[in-house]
Amino acid sequence: MNRFDTKVQYLKYRVLKEVARYAWQDKLYDKLLDIPSIIVPGKTPTMRCCVYKERAILNERVKLAMGGDPSNPNVIEVIDIACDDCPSGGYEVTTACRGCLAHRCEAACKKGAITFDHNQKAHIDKSKCVECGMCSKVCPYSAIINLKRPCENSCKVKAISMSETLAAQIDNSKCISCGACVYQCPFGAISDKSYILDVIDIIKKSENNTKYKVYAVVAPSIASQFTYVTLGKVVSAIKELGFFHVVEAALGADMVADAESKELVEKGFLTSSCCPAFVMYIHQQFPDLVKNISHNLSPMATIAKYMKQADPTSKVIFIGPCTAKKMEFKKKEVRPWVDSVITFEELQALIDSKEIDMPSLSEGHLDNASYFGRIFARSGGVSDAVRQALKENGIEGFEFKPIVCDGIEQCKAALLRASKNMLPNNFIEGMACVDGCIGGAGCLTHGIKNKAAADEYGKEALEKNIHDALSQLIL
Amino acid sequence: MVKVTVCIGSSCHLKGSRQVVEELQYIVKRKNLGEDVELAGAFCMGKCAEQGVSVTVNGEYYSVDPAKVEEFFDDVIVKALNA
Repeated sequence: MNRFDTKVQYLKYRVLKEVARYAWQDKLYDKLLDIPSIIVPGKTPTMRCCVYKERAILNERVKLAMGGDPSNPNVIEVIDIACDDCPSGGYEVTTACRGCLAHRCEAACKKGAITFDHNQKAHIDKSKCVECGMCSKVCPYSAIINLKRPCENSCKVKAISMSETLAAQIDNSKCISCGACVYQCPFGAISDKSYILDVIDIIKKSENNTKYKVYAVVAPSIASQFTYVTLGKVVSAIKELGFFHVVEAALGADMVADAESKELVEKGFLTSSCCPAFVMYIHQQFPDLVKNISHNLSPMATIAKYMKQADPTSKVIFIGPCTAKKMEFKKKEVRPWVDSVITFEELQALIDSKEIDMPSLSEGHLDNASYFGRIFARSGGVSDAVRQALKENGIEGFEFKPIVCDGIEQCKAALLRASKNMLPNNFIEGMACVDGCIGGAGCLTHGIKNKAAADEYGKEALEKNIHDALSQLIL
Repeated sequence: MVKVTVCIGSSCHLKGSRQVVEELQYIVKRKNLGEDVELAGAFCMGKCAEQGVSVTVNGEYYSVDPAKVEEFFDDVIVKALNA
């Protein structure tokens, strides 16, 4: 059964599952050191040079599964010894160069960086090359390649560089904790810290929800996950883990869309506040635009706040696709409402750590939100929902001009223009991950059908309009 | 003061908790009982197998048919108010 996109995700999952399994049994501290040998038994290496290195790296993964380095405020961490120190020489001519006559590469290079040896083979003078890539594009033999590290390539905010020891290093002042590098590193050398132990502790101490109730708030992107069982069975599995009830974060999204439409009309220009990585990016790179960030809490925090106000002793745990949410819940305005955050990857590990057989479970229910709250999961959904909220609130004479930014690069372009007063739009929908939350780093799968699955889930909602969903709430 | 809590968990929502909430709010307003009846929501009361929507009145549990909210109000809530 292909539950994950990559073997790296699978390895991380196996570590999380073992850590969780012993934590449920209260045996973690006795078994901690055995976990690497459980995952890599015997003497034949399957991933690295030898089983000893494999186990050394697994030890580091165990640490991350237990919360990672407490002295590092970032939830994204590099496992130094797992980094393969990938080559990062930029553009290089390979042996595929035939030493042709045309020399298109030379003509394309505006910097005069291309020279030829006595065999007519091309060479790049690194002191002149500016990495524009034109030579690579024009070579008919595709003989010029770009040796760029996958982590650096995935990091569009340029937070990753090479350390003195050649391993990747993260600049926390630029990192937005989106997790793109976590998903892209082929060696699994960058990982998000896990709070599964906190979650297990909260569930255990609730003594079957008698001391207090433990609620799960689930992101709407769950619709594209767990493709091998129905969503109803996933809901039942979450309850089987010890949660009292499962609530849709999308209901918080309905509340946000309603409030955001009013705030937009009042202020005239807004940037969305639901994606924590996008919000973090504005704070870091465009401090002058911070005043334009919607003052609404994210859908996660909004619904959690409602739940905690209704039941003040309860505990609320968010389950989603997002690594940046693990930063968001620690913010002072969110901390009172959300007790912990885990990803879908971690949910899968928790379910399997208790050997819950999902297919045999009965169908649970997950229904509170409207179509519009649910489509927050994919790029364009927030804008659609705000447009609908403007309509439902009877706001006329206000021209809604959203720009949908799909991925942090598009966000950057729109913010740059906004910072120079050159953006013709009055609402920036910013999603750090390409495709929106369904493309989040904590997703199990990132398939092309995910957007359709998010829309389909939206259509299945009992409530068709935002105000219908809101009228069940007693505020 | 009577405290009325309506379950808005997923199961009850599918059974019509929104209707119950809307109607209770409407009746409270119509009868001008805002000072006497406190309405609240709860996510799940653990009685998903019941036929109707879960409601508690001063902590006592009732399963309410969304089509008979008015009767429920007169029978149970008004009685609790007069008690």
